[in-house]
Amino acid sequence: MSDVDNGKALLRVEELHGWYGESHVLHGVNFHVNEGEVVTLLGRNGAGKTSTLLAIMGMLPKRSGSIIFDGTEVIAMQSRHIARLGIAICPEERGIFASLNVDENLMLPPRIQKGGMEVERIYDLFPNLKERRRSQGTKLSGGEQQMLAIARILRTGAKFLLLDEPTEGLAPVIVQQIGRTISALKKEGFTIILVEQNFRFAASVADRHYVVEQGGVIDMIPNADLNNSMDKLHGYLGV
Amino acid sequence: MFELLGISPQVLLGQLLLGLINGAFYAILSLGLAVIFGLLNIINFAHGALYMAGAFVAWILLHYLGIGYWPALILAPLIVGAFGIVLERTMMSRLYKLDHLYGLLLTFGLALIIQGLFRNYYGISGLPYQIPSQLSGGQNLGFMFLPNYRAWVVVASIVVCFGTWFMIEKTRLGAYLRAATENPALVSAFGINVPLLITLTYGFGVALAGFAGVLAAPIYSVNPNMGADLIIVVFAVVVIGGMGSILGAIITGYMLGIVEGLTRVFYPEGSAVVIFVIMAIVLLIKPEGLFGKEAR
Ligand SMILES: Nc1ncnc2c1ncn2[C@@H]1O[C@H](COP(=O)(O)OP(=O)(O)O)[C@@H](O)[C@H]1O
Ligand SMILES: [Mg+2]
Repeated sequence: MSDVDNGKALLRVEELHGWYGESHVLHGVNFHVNEGEVVTLLGRNGAGKTSTLLAIMGMLPKRSGSIIFDGTEVIAMQSRHIARLGIAICPEERGIFASLNVDENLMLPPRIQKGGMEVERIYDLFPNLKERRRSQGTKLSGGEQQMLAIARILRTGAKFLLLDEPTEGLAPVIVQQIGRTISALKKEGFTIILVEQNFRFAASVADRHYVVEQGGVIDMIPNADLNNSMDKLHGYLGV
Repeated sequence: MFELLGISPQVLLGQLLLGLINGAFYAILSLGLAVIFGLLNIINFAHGALYMAGAFVAWILLHYLGIGYWPALILAPLIVGAFGIVLERTMMSRLYKLDHLYGLLLTFGLALIIQGLFRNYYGISGLPYQIPSQLSGGQNLGFMFLPNYRAWVVVASIVVCFGTWFMIEKTRLGAYLRAATENPALVSAFGINVPLLITLTYGFGVALAGFAGVLAAPIYSVNPNMGADLIIVVFAVVVIGGMGSILGAIITGYMLGIVEGLTRVFYPEGSAVVIFVIMAIVLLIKPEGLFGKEAR
């Protein structure tokens, strides 16, 4: 996958600023994602990764700058209209609904485009979910909730996914399962922005990495160069 | 056994039935309040006024247009619901970003205006509304006389409450509603039109009040104050059942109607306050209400 900006990016974020009320948290974010790429946002806690995803999805209360998705300027669009363009989010807190059972959680996001995964296929990918179809969503284990949060956006037909720390706090086997899922999605042509703290995991699935610090993107590292950039990266992330 | 207590079974069953009728109204009204509160986070103080408006719409339909009880049972809730939708779109929707207190003040003000308008045009003496001919008379059950219309009110209330519960808990639309109650921002981010959902929910909630108003018209006289008197008790019912709990609102509505009826038999002096006493006790022991979830 090309890492050069050929001007045909599926998503292009330019000079993105974002606020929660009076609190100015994004200070001119610039990056792009090409079709079919898996790109990560790496950075310390509080750097602005989640806020960037929320801004793309139209969920950040106040934003300015430019976010062009598939030729459409979405900076001022309402999130339900952005969703209809084919973007879907798997939020950091997972957002599983306690008053819905597993099936209802899975079926909640409406189909917005053709080509969404069939429920049977989703249950094949995540057999644990099938066994617990009638359970209350929040009664699932953390790993199962994470799978449900990913699974439900696969049904919608959205081909551009925003995954916010999907491996956070999960056991290694489950992290591996999520890694396999992401790789499988990439093969099928999905485009993914992945926010990650675990960069061994990030390196195993991504094409490029953007480093986020203090509300801006400060560097871009192609996955092939990751090993050579370890010192630099450790510096950025403070690990 | 009844004789031992000095109470005749006729009196007991009569009061139980009366309690059940009151409970039927409590249930429909508190259900509407709970549905609205769940999604809008607004305590709809206009609910009693819209219940009254439902009764008046039925009366007006009959009086001016000759449209009888059965069509009114459908039309009046639709008219009240449409009116609610206009209120929500033009006024309430502007307040969602502000403190919930503003929604409460707005709906309280609307209630006073609606009541005032009806009082101005129709006075406070009350207007009669005939029981539909199909439901006049009653059944002699041997131990008591059961007026047909009252039996119908209980049946209609149970059907409507069950139907509403089913729609909210078991259908896809209901799943949208429950999810939007929990996390409207995320539901929007899935492409669902949450503002529309809110508008329809408010319309539906107040349509339930309008429906209760039509049911009430032949029992109580159609009177501008009929809602104001009832709604205070209904608020207590909602507090006891737990804000926003659908099943809780229904069950508590019937239960408290019956408790009130029983109190009227065993300790008549307490019947007017028993619900408020229960409310106070519930608030002390389980502030989130009998069926409520812990506050988020
Ligand atoms: N709901 C919020 N209200 C106010 N400030 C917030 C909110 N969420 C995050 N922030 C602030 O925004 C900044 C960026 O946070 P976030 O985007 O969550 O970072 P990251 O995902 O990289 O850890 C932080 O300083 C954080 O404290
Ligand atoms: Mg974050």
